[in-house]
Amino acid sequence: MCNPAHFQIRKVTREFNVNGEKLTALDAVSLDIAEGEFVTIVGASGCGKSTLLRLGAGLDTTYSGRISHEGKVVTGPSLDRGMVFQEPRLFPWLTVERNVALGLENSKFTKSEKKRLVEEHLELVGLAGFARAYPHQLSGGMAQRAGIARGLVNRPNVLFLDEPFGALDAITKARLQDELNDIWARERITMVLVTHDVEEAVYLGDRVVVMSPRPGRIRDIVAVDLPRPRERTSAALARVRTRVLESLNSTESKPSVGPRLVEGERGSKSGPLRPAVALAN
Amino acid sequence: MTATTASARLVRFRRGVTLPIVLLIAWEISSRTGLVDPRFLPSLDEVALTAKRELFDNDLIGELGYSLMRNIAGFLIGSVAGVAFATLLALSRIADRLITPTFNGLKQISLLAWIPLISVWFGFGEQAKVVFVALAAFIPIVLNTYEGMRNVPADLIEVGGALRFSWRQRILRIFLPSALPSIATGVHLGLIYSWLATVGAEYFLAVGPGVGGLIIAGRERFDMALVMLGVMILGLVGFFLNRLAYALESHLLRWRPQLG
Repeated sequence: MCNPAHFQIRKVTREFNVNGEKLTALDAVSLDIAEGEFVTIVGASGCGKSTLLRLGAGLDTTYSGRISHEGKVVTGPSLDRGMVFQEPRLFPWLTVERNVALGLENSKFTKSEKKRLVEEHLELVGLAGFARAYPHQLSGGMAQRAGIARGLVNRPNVLFLDEPFGALDAITKARLQDELNDIWARERITMVLVTHDVEEAVYLGDRVVVMSPRPGRIRDIVAVDLPRPRERTSAALARVRTRVLESLNSTESKPSVGPRLVEGERGSKSGPLRPAVALAN
Repeated sequence: MTATTASARLVRFRRGVTLPIVLLIAWEISSRTGLVDPRFLPSLDEVALTAKRELFDNDLIGELGYSLMRNIAGFLIGSVAGVAFATLLALSRIADRLITPTFNGLKQISLLAWIPLISVWFGFGEQAKVVFVALAAFIPIVLNTYEGMRNVPADLIEVGGALRFSWRQRILRIFLPSALPSIATGVHLGLIYSWLATVGAEYFLAVGPGVGGLIIAGRERFDMALVMLGVMILGLVGFFLNRLAYALESHLLRWRPQLG
C-alpha cells in the first residue's frame, strides 16, 4: 500500500439511455485503490457497482471523468487487469485446463511456462484433478473456481470480481471466500470485489465501499482494520457489518425509517466522498 | 450398463430393419405371384442378377466412384465457401446489410432453376455438375452457420474482449466453436442435399459416367431391374452419408452434455 495512485477513479460519470430517457448509473464517483489492497463494493441493485467495475476493467469505455491504472488512462481491457464474472463464463467446448489457458492466449510466456502456470493455478483453486473435465461436468462452485483461475493465470496487477459467489450455495460460498482470501494473501494482487452480500464485503475487504442508487454514488467507505484470517462470528466483525448495514440503510430513500445506531457507534450520515473510517479492532 | 445399452441397440436395430424387410418380402411376393407386371417391377433375384452383371461385367464400382467424387468435390467446395461466406455476413455489419437481403431472395429460387444458367456458364461437363452440387451444399450451410454465429452468447464475446483477443482469435476461439452445433446441422443438410444434387446433375446435365447415368440407361433400355438397382444404390449411399454425418456431428460436439 505504498503507492496511493495505483488505481484512480476520478469524478467518473456514466449515463445510459433507456428508452430515450437519460439514466445516470454513476454520478461523479471517485475512488483511490492502493496496490495490494482488497476493496469490496456493496450496494443495492441499481447502484452502479457493476457498472463501476466494468469501467475499471476497461470493458466499458463510454464515461466522463478519468480512470487510471498506474498512471495510465484506462482505454480498454488490459492483460494487467483480470476479470471474474458472476457466471463462470467458461467456454463449453474447451476442457477446464484449456479454459484457464485462454487467460494466457495473448501473454508473452513461452509454451512451457504457460503449461506450468495453468497447472499452478488449477492447483491454486483446487481443480488439479479436473484439468481434462468439460465445464458441464463441473458443479457451480468448481466452474467458478475455474473462472477465478482464468482471471488470475496471467498474473494481473488488479483483479476485478463481479459478484463472483452470488449464484453459489452458502457452504460453497463460504469455502470459496476463504480460498479467495488465501489467494489474495499469498499473491498480493489488488482485488476489487463487487457484491450485494454485506457479510462477504466485510469479511474480505480492507475497505468496504458503500454505494447508493439513483444516481449511483459512493455513500460511505468503511475501513475494516481487522487481522486476517478473520473470524466470521467475531464481535468486531459484527460491529463493522452493522456499521455497513447502517450506511446501506441510510441510502434507501425511506426517510421514515430512523437510523438504528449501535452502541459505541456514532451516527454517520456521510457525504459521498467521506474519507475512510477506521474501526477499532 | 454396457450390456443393457448393447441389447437396447440391438432392439432398435431390429425395429429399424423391420419395415425394409417387409417391403422386400411384399415386393418379392407381388412379382412372383404375378400381382404386378414383372416388366414394371422386376423380381428381386432379377435385380440381384443385374447387380452381379453390373458389378463384374460392367463397371458399377467405377460409376459409383464417379458420382461420389463429384459429390465430395462439390460438397467440399460448397461447405468451405459456405462457412466462410456466412462468417463474413455474420461478423461484418456492412457485408450483412449489403448482401444478406439479396442472398435471402436468391435462396428462394429452386436449385433446379439454376441448371440452365449453370450449363450456359460452365458447360455441360464435369465442371457444371460440381458447381451445381456445390451450390446445393452451400445454401443450407450458409443459413445454419449464419444463424449459429448470430447466436454466440454476448457473455463469451465479452470474455474474449477482456482477454484482448484479436479478430482472428475471436473467430477461431469463440465464433466458430460456439456456432459449431449449427454448422454441423448445416453440414449435415449440405451432405444430403449435395447427394440429391449429384443425381440431379447427372439427370439434367449431359449424360456421363455415374449412378444417375446408369438409371437413365436403364430407362432407355426399359431395363427396370437396372433402374431399381440404381435407385437402391442411391438410397443406400444416402443412408450411409447420413450415418456418417451423425457420427461426425457427435464426435465434434462431444463437449455437449446431451450428446455425451
